[in-house]
Amino acid sequence: MLEFILERGNYWAIIGLMMIGLYTLFAATNLIKRLVGLSIFQTSIILFYISLSRIDGGTAPILYGKDAKGHGGGHGEEAAAGHAAEATHGAADAAHGAASHGMAHIYSNPLPHVLMLTAIVVGVATLAVGLAIVVRIREAYGTIESDEIRQMDLDVALAEYAEDHSGEANPA
Amino acid sequence: MMDWILQMAPAWAEAHAPALIVVLPLLAGPICAFLPGKGRIAWLLTVAVTALCTLLALVLLAQVRSVEGGAIISYAMGGWAPPHGIEFRIDALNVLVLLLVSSIAFLTSIFGWPTIRAEINQEKRAMFFGAFQVCFMGLLGVTSTGDAFNLFVFLELSSIATYVLVALGSGRDRRALPAAIDYLLMGTIGASFYVFGVGFLYAATGTLNMADLALQLQDVGGNRAVQVGFAFILVGLGLKAAMFPLHQWLPNAYSYSPSFVTAFLAATATKVAIYALVRFLFSVFSLEYIFEGASLAMILMPMGIAAMLACSFQAIFQTDIRRTLAYSSVAQVGYMLLGISLGTAVGVSAGLFHLVNHALMKGALFMAVAGVVLTYQGTRIHDFAGLGRAAPWTMTAFAIAALSLIGVPLTAGFQSKFALVSALLASGWWWAALIVVFSSVLAVVYMGRILEAVFFKAPNNPHKEHKEAPLLLLIPLWVLALANIWVGVNGSFVSGLADDAAAALFIGGLQ
Amino acid sequence: MSQKTDHHVILRIVAKPLIPIIALFGFYVHFHGDYSPGGGFQAGCIIAVSVILYSLIFGIAPAMRAVPPAFTRSLAALGFLIFGGVGVWALLMGGNYLDYDALFNEPPGGHDGQHYGILMVELGVLFAVAGSMLSIFYAFAGRVTEIKDEDW
Repeated sequence: MLEFILERGNYWAIIGLMMIGLYTLFAATNLIKRLVGLSIFQTSIILFYISLSRIDGGTAPILYGKDAKGHGGGHGEEAAAGHAAEATHGAADAAHGAASHGMAHIYSNPLPHVLMLTAIVVGVATLAVGLAIVVRIREAYGTIESDEIRQMDLDVALAEYAEDHSGEANPA
Repeated sequence: MMDWILQMAPAWAEAHAPALIVVLPLLAGPICAFLPGKGRIAWLLTVAVTALCTLLALVLLAQVRSVEGGAIISYAMGGWAPPHGIEFRIDALNVLVLLLVSSIAFLTSIFGWPTIRAEINQEKRAMFFGAFQVCFMGLLGVTSTGDAFNLFVFLELSSIATYVLVALGSGRDRRALPAAIDYLLMGTIGASFYVFGVGFLYAATGTLNMADLALQLQDVGGNRAVQVGFAFILVGLGLKAAMFPLHQWLPNAYSYSPSFVTAFLAATATKVAIYALVRFLFSVFSLEYIFEGASLAMILMPMGIAAMLACSFQAIFQTDIRRTLAYSSVAQVGYMLLGISLGTAVGVSAGLFHLVNHALMKGALFMAVAGVVLTYQGTRIHDFAGLGRAAPWTMTAFAIAALSLIGVPLTAGFQSKFALVSALLASGWWWAALIVVFSSVLAVVYMGRILEAVFFKAPNNPHKEHKEAPLLLLIPLWVLALANIWVGVNGSFVSGLADDAAAALFIGGLQ
Repeated sequence: MSQKTDHHVILRIVAKPLIPIIALFGFYVHFHGDYSPGGGFQAGCIIAVSVILYSLIFGIAPAMRAVPPAFTRSLAALGFLIFGGVGVWALLMGGNYLDYDALFNEPPGGHDGQHYGILMVELGVLFAVAGSMLSIFYAFAGRVTEIKDEDW
C-alpha cells in the first residue's frame, strides 16, 4: 500500500496542487489571491504533462554521441526535427518507457515540454490580462475584494429597481 | 450556386483556404495596432477581412459539397504531414460553423462602427479592432483545426481577446470589469480542464491529432485514463459553452460588454464551444463504450432540460433586456444540448440547425438592443416602453427575431424547434418534447413582456422624439431579420447543411 | 538628485556594463537556438529582462525614454507580422503555410529554407515576446508613482 502511494508521488503532487489552486480560486475573496489560485491550478497541469514525458533512464532530448553523428553533422537541426517527429510517433510506446527507435541512447519525449511551453505562454497572457483587469477594478471600485464589489453592484441594481418601480416596496 | 463559386474562386484560394481563413485575421490583428487615426481605417480593414473570410468559408463550403456525402479537406501546416504535424481539417460539420462565424463577424463588424464610436475612447479603437480580429481568428482556428492541443491554443487566444473586449465595456458601465474577471477565471478553468483531459488522452494513445485519436481510442476504449480524460474535456468545453450549471459567467459578460461585442459573442462564442463538444463526443470518442455513451443520457440531457427550464424562468424575472436575452441564450444552449444528447443523426442535426438559427436570432436581437443603446442610452425594459413608435424599423426587426426565438411558424426558430421535437419523438422521448413546448411558452412570457412594453405601452418619457438607429446599423440588422424569415419559410438549405454535418459525424467521420 | 545622496551607486556601476551583455546574450541564445537549446522565446525574455533591469535601477521614466511604450507595442505587433509573413511567403512560393522547404524553391535535399525559415520565425517570436513582456511591464509599472530615492 505504502509502495502504491509512494511510486505515484508525481500524481499526488498534481492532485494536491490542483486542489489547492481550485480551493483558493473559489474560497478567496481577494481577486489577486484568486488569480494566484488560478496560476497554481495551471501549474498542476504543467507538472502533469511534464511527468508524462519522463522515460526511465531517458536523458534530455538532444541527440548526442552516435545518434548525432548519423545525421550529417552540420545539419543537426534537421536531424533533431526529424527525430522530434519520430518521438511524437513513438510517444505511445515512449509513455510506457519502451522503444527508442533505433537510437543508441534513450531520450525523454520532448513533445509535452513543447506543449507546456505554449501553455505557459497562454497562462502568462491570461494572468497579465487578469491583473490588468484587477488594476482597473481597483481604480473603478476602490477595492479588490469581490464580496465588497458585489455589494456595491447590488446597491446600484437596487437603486435602478427602485427608480423603475417608484412607489413600490423595495424587494430587499 | 456551389459550382459557380468554385469556378469564380482563384486557384490559390481553393488550395489554401483552410489556412488563409485563419491567417488573414491573424495578420490583420497586429496591423490594426499600427494603424493611425481614430479607428476608422482599422474598422474598414476589419470589415474587409471578415468579408474575405466569409468568401473563403463559401469556397470551402463549395469544395466540401462538391463531393457526394461531403469531402474532407486536410491541410498540413508547414508541410508536416498529419498525424505528426498540425492538420487543419475541414468537413461538412466545421464548414457550417466556419460560415456561420465569419458571416456573423462580417455583419456585426459593419454594424459595429456607430456603436463603437459611441462607446470606446478614440485612442483605444484601433487596438479594440485588433483584439476583435484575434478573437475572430481564435474562433475560426478552433473550428478548423484537427489537432486537439492546437484547439486549446486557439480557444485560449480567442478567450483572452474576449476578456479584453468585455472589460472595455467599463467605459459605459464599470460592472463590465467584475464581469470580465469572472469570465476570465471561469473560462481559464474551463480551458485548463480541457487541456488536462487532452493530457490523459495523449498518455493513453500518444497522439494529438483528432482523427488519429479516434482510431487509437478504438483500441484502448475502455481504459480508465480515457474515461477521466473524457470527463475533463466534457466539463471544460461545457464551461466554455455555458452548459447549464456552468453558465454563471455568461449573463454578466453579455450584459456589460460593449454592444458590438455582445452581438458578436452571443452569436458565435458559445456556438464554437458547442461545435468542439460535438466534435469530441461523436468524432473522437466512440459512444459504443458504456461510460462515454451514458454521459449523453445522464449528463447532457438533464443539463439541457434544466437549462431550458431554470434559465427561461430566470429570464422572466430580469428587468434588463440584455440580461433577459443572456439567460435566454443559456436556455437555448439547452435545446442544442438536448438535440445532441439524443445521440442520433437526426438529433445532432436538429441541434446544429438550432445552433445556426439561434445565432441568427440572437445576433439580430442584440443588434437591435445596440441600436436602442445608441439612440436612447437604456437597456432596461422600462427604457424600451413605447419605442415601437419612436423607432419602428429597429423594433420591427427586433420583433421578428423575438418571434423567431419563441418559435412562431414561418420563422427560423419554428423550423429548428420542429426538427428538434420530431427528433425527440422519433427516439420516443415524448416527455422531453413536451418540455420543449413548455419552455417555448416561457419564451413567450419573457419576450412578450418586452414586446408589450415596446409596442403597447406609452413612452415613459414623453420627450422621446422619433429617432431611428443609423443606417449602418439597420442594414445588417435587417439582413439577419430577413435571414430568420428566409430560413423559416425555406429551411431546406440550412437544415440540409446541418444534415450533412451530422451525417459526416456518424458515417464518414473517421477517415 | 545630486551625486552625493546617490546611494545606489554600486548598483548603477555594476548594472551599466551588465545590461549590454545581457542583451548580447539574448541574441546569442537566439542565433544559436537551432543547434542547441534556446530560441526566440528565451531570447526575447532575456532581452526584455535587460530593459527591465535598466528601469529597475535607473527608474521607469528613463527606461520609457530609451525604449518608449509605443515602440514596445509596435515591436510585439511586428513580431507577429514577421511570423505570419514567413508563412505567407511560403504560400507565395507555392508551398503550404509556414512550409520552410518552399521558401527558396530549392531542389530536394536543400536545407537553406529550413535553416533561414526557422531563424526568421524565431526572430518574429523574439520581437513579439520582448515587445509584449515590456508592454506588460510598462502597463503595470507605469501606473503607480515611483518610490522616491529618499523613501528607501
